[in-house]
Amino acid sequence: MRVPIEWLREYVDVPAGATGLQVAADLVKIGLEEEAIHGGGITGPLVVGRVLTKEPEEQKNGKVINWCSVDVGDANGTGEPQGIVCGAHNFDAGDTVVVVLPGAVLPGGFAISARKTYGHLSAGMICAADELGLPDDGSHGIILLPQRLGVEASDLTPGQDALPLLGLDRETVEVNVTPDRGYCFSIRGVAREYGHSTGARFTDPVLDLNSRAPEANASGYPVRVDDDAPLRGNVGCDRYVARIVRGVDPAAPVPAWLSQAVTEAGMRSISLPVDITNYVMLGLGQPLHAFDLATLGEEIVVRRARAGEKITTLDDVERTLFAEDLLITDGGERPLAIAGVMGGAESEVSDTTSDILIEAAHFDPVSIARSARRHRLSSEASKRFERGVDPAIAAAAAQLAVDLLVEYGGGRVDDGVTDLDTVVPAAPIAFDPQQPTRLVGVSYTDDEVEATLTAVGCVVERVEGARWNVTAPSWRPDLTTGPDLVEEVARLRGYDQIPSILARPVAGRGLTASQRYRRTVANALAAQGLSEIISLPFVSDELHTKLRYGADDTRRSTVRLSNPLSDEAPLLRTSVLSTMLESLKRNIARGFKDVGLFELGLVVAGPAGTAPTERVGVHPTPEVLAAIRDAVPVQPRHVAWVMTGDGERKGWWGEGRSSDWSDAVATALGIGRVLGVQLEVAQADVAPFHPGRCAQIMLPDGSVIGHAGELHPKVLTTLGLPPRVVAGELDLDALSAFAERPGVAEPIATYPQAHSDVALVVDSGVTAAVVEDALHRGGGENLESLALFDIYEGEQVGEGKKSLAYRLFFRSPERTLTTEEVNVARDAAVREVDKAVGASLRGA
Amino acid sequence: MSGPNTNYDPVEVSALDPEVVESNVTVALSAIAAANSLEELKDARLAHAGDKSPLALANREIGALPPTAKAEAGKRVGQARGRVGQAIKERQAELEAERDERILTEEAVDVTTATTLRRPVGGRHPVEMMQQLMVDLMVGMGWEVAEGPEVEAEWFVFDALNFDEDHPARQMQDTFYLDPADGGLVMRTHTSPVQARSMLERGVPLYIVAPGKAYRTDELDATHLPVFHQLEGLAVDKGITMAHLKGTLDHLATQLFGEGITTRLRPNYFPFTEPSAEMDLRCFVCRGEDPACRTCGGTGWIEWGGCGMVHENVLRACGVDPSEYSGFAFGMGVERALMFRTGASDMREMIEGDVRFDAQFGLEV
Repeated sequence: MRVPIEWLREYVDVPAGATGLQVAADLVKIGLEEEAIHGGGITGPLVVGRVLTKEPEEQKNGKVINWCSVDVGDANGTGEPQGIVCGAHNFDAGDTVVVVLPGAVLPGGFAISARKTYGHLSAGMICAADELGLPDDGSHGIILLPQRLGVEASDLTPGQDALPLLGLDRETVEVNVTPDRGYCFSIRGVAREYGHSTGARFTDPVLDLNSRAPEANASGYPVRVDDDAPLRGNVGCDRYVARIVRGVDPAAPVPAWLSQAVTEAGMRSISLPVDITNYVMLGLGQPLHAFDLATLGEEIVVRRARAGEKITTLDDVERTLFAEDLLITDGGERPLAIAGVMGGAESEVSDTTSDILIEAAHFDPVSIARSARRHRLSSEASKRFERGVDPAIAAAAAQLAVDLLVEYGGGRVDDGVTDLDTVVPAAPIAFDPQQPTRLVGVSYTDDEVEATLTAVGCVVERVEGARWNVTAPSWRPDLTTGPDLVEEVARLRGYDQIPSILARPVAGRGLTASQRYRRTVANALAAQGLSEIISLPFVSDELHTKLRYGADDTRRSTVRLSNPLSDEAPLLRTSVLSTMLESLKRNIARGFKDVGLFELGLVVAGPAGTAPTERVGVHPTPEVLAAIRDAVPVQPRHVAWVMTGDGERKGWWGEGRSSDWSDAVATALGIGRVLGVQLEVAQADVAPFHPGRCAQIMLPDGSVIGHAGELHPKVLTTLGLPPRVVAGELDLDALSAFAERPGVAEPIATYPQAHSDVALVVDSGVTAAVVEDALHRGGGENLESLALFDIYEGEQVGEGKKSLAYRLFFRSPERTLTTEEVNVARDAAVREVDKAVGASLRGA
Repeated sequence: MSGPNTNYDPVEVSALDPEVVESNVTVALSAIAAANSLEELKDARLAHAGDKSPLALANREIGALPPTAKAEAGKRVGQARGRVGQAIKERQAELEAERDERILTEEAVDVTTATTLRRPVGGRHPVEMMQQLMVDLMVGMGWEVAEGPEVEAEWFVFDALNFDEDHPARQMQDTFYLDPADGGLVMRTHTSPVQARSMLERGVPLYIVAPGKAYRTDELDATHLPVFHQLEGLAVDKGITMAHLKGTLDHLATQLFGEGITTRLRPNYFPFTEPSAEMDLRCFVCRGEDPACRTCGGTGWIEWGGCGMVHENVLRACGVDPSEYSGFAFGMGVERALMFRTGASDMREMIEGDVRFDAQFGLEV
């Protein structure tokens, strides 16, 4: 809402000389946040000047400048002509112009001083419109004042202050109006708040207008409200005032004060009738509609639309109506307007209209809000109605419009007055006067509470020792409960009165295990050289295809946004890795070829249901609550990582080493290890991984919690990534749930370690994991650990075979093992492998 | 080697002559002193203290002496060998020390070459670290961390929080809706649904913070992210007032941004709180002392988030009796807090995933 300070002054005593900044600060205190301050960016001297001489001088660079002497009266303190260099040419000697003198500051903090330029001392500037932050008036350069102002040059005196002439001394404060303060979408409402904030006297313009507005009578234009389907029990229109003014001159000019007021408040000046309706709406907060009386046939009927009915609105769009829309109709048939949202083109006031019907109505906020939303049509009227318009000002607003049409349009007002009024007065709130003290933490006396609420406009009926009856004023439909009144007390007494006291919670449990684990995992990955990222979690079917997810891959089923930011990414991710590859690509494009990234985040991993809703303030039944919870898809937290290029770089120390599939798998195992879980690995073939280089990662109980390995070469080329990118992803929630138990300390054996090497020849298809499993089974409890130190495939072991060389480490917790014992255990381990997968000792 | 001497003839054992012994010692000591390396010392040792050295040979002759001469000769030769042995030991120590020193000198490197990194540098995301910092301050006061899903039921996001379906505030949330439109699911527009979940699941009294992602249909630019992080706080207990809200916010602000950085409350509107307030942070650049400050625009205050006393309808929807309990809630953007704390100025950097963004901070912000 734009609030021109001069307009504000008409309703409340704003101190003379108050700046926009001061007014804005006063309004912020009371809850009207400043958005911007318009105008007033200039401090003088900015004066009227008359050009005496203008001598063009060509410069070395070919540019022509004008050396001018300008009469600025006594404004320069000497009365002598002012010497000014000017680069523009759209003026001549004798013209009346605007001159800014040294000492002035122009918009943007641009300070003017006398300076030496082009061989002259130039003391000021002859101004163009844009230099003063003004719209161009067609001169495309220096302002020619008589033309711009529409006055004779003789009306202007050199040296005269030009700020008020150009309206540059007027400031407009733009404030943000919160949805509960519909009444502040008017100068009247803001003026009242300004009064609350500063104590300045507020004069409600409605009081005088209401006293002058005539009573309704039988000769008013016939109006009927016929709402057969009220929304949420509220009739769509509970007040309808209609007044008629005849013989308005369609060509009547808009007076300057009116167009200035409307323009400063942010609307366009269009014609006298339109500007008057906008003026009344901006001033009082009551949206009006002006109908061309000649286009109306019968009585006005306010009714719900019929599905499929059509209307062409003022903006020349033909709109198909919804059954819930509230309409203003001619005789119950022809739609004239979507009530409270926008009028129809047919009944619009045009440049031939002379008889006008003014509508000042009060519509149900819910009905207007829904219509505006359905038609995606947020108008100045709907914005006000859906936030609540004061139902008590309809007659006053119509009166003001009538007065102005008569005064400036030459019209005659009809004696007939229509005022259908079924407004139900607000019910009193049973209010505990101690509630402000209890909720705010400031001790307010009963008298303070009463005085504050009365200042807001409430009618307070004090009941000693019991709850008071407090009735909210007609312009505050938002005040319905005790806490609403508490806020008024706190706000008007000042939020700065509230002391600062630290809340003392009951002792907490600290972080949960899963919250701690997340930090541990993330810190470990960072320490490993990976960078944590937060990617946008939106994906597409196309991306799933690029990742080679099969048609029935469960990762394709997820929730879809109905209003995505981009149609190219309308789905929520089912894999964290899927949204990380874009960041990897960005890093590579920015010149980093050795990159490791990781991310922790939620993914969708289950079907979405239909969640019931419930009215506000209602505690749902256990069944409804369960249905709400069950409809929300399962969203586990995953951790994913991706690496490309060298994990260890080449340098002065020697060769580097690229990250390969085994690093990706090792990362998975490392994540398990930092949480004390020995994860297991098996061969797998899952997109988006290379079918032969994909490991599935399992909990010790065998459940699969993710995959790691090298990405499929086709995935990489499709996504424009370099070859051999490796990656992995784990369900961190599943891992956390498994890890969630205190670790168990085993005694540390201190006897010497012994080792023995074996090279086992097995079929090429046998995995190391299977062999190691068998070694562990056969090696007995003294087999402490083992390490695969060589893999050989070739002539020496024969076609379809490979040799896996292990070093087995043995240790007993009780004594030093003999060579004999180690050999026996080793042989048992080898036999177990042979039994499991068929193996011979290499060279045996 | 000579056999046992049965016929005493002192002339035949001239090797035991005191002068000869002394002369052998002198020769040995000068050879040892002349040895300039461990190798030369080894040669000298073999020559003068080895099995074939004159003194060793002399020692063998002692056995052949008549018992009366044995003691004296034995003492003489023993002392002589002792002196030589000691000299070798000392020289050995000297030469070893020299060698060790030389090796250490030779092994010196240019340690400044180690600044070239062998492995890519990792890091935590600063937004995560900022969130962690804020969470830890609250946990330190005894609050607990609550979490919830990001795809969320409208009831939790709006209805439970007193956003009436027809109220303009519900339209102002820039909500991502999910298909189908009547499915009752949205992307949560704030982390506030966790308030409702926590009250329902844990009951009251309750002191929780809910950190996490929130979604709004904002186009990506320097100051807007469609997916951002919020920290929501909720305290519900008997006797909670706005003063407790102010105290908690002041503490958090001072801890995060420094001594003297407190908060200011300003009337505002939120559907889920009444009374409601906007919280401003004392400008951490000018501290309210520079009318030309660019950070706060000269007002001395910077907008930080929203807060207020939990609306009675929210308590009711979550099964809490507002006549018995009251509560406060607050919410602030983590990205914004990070910008305040670190001077980061472009939010886009926070979701681009450029490794340099993390690398500037490491594991702390």
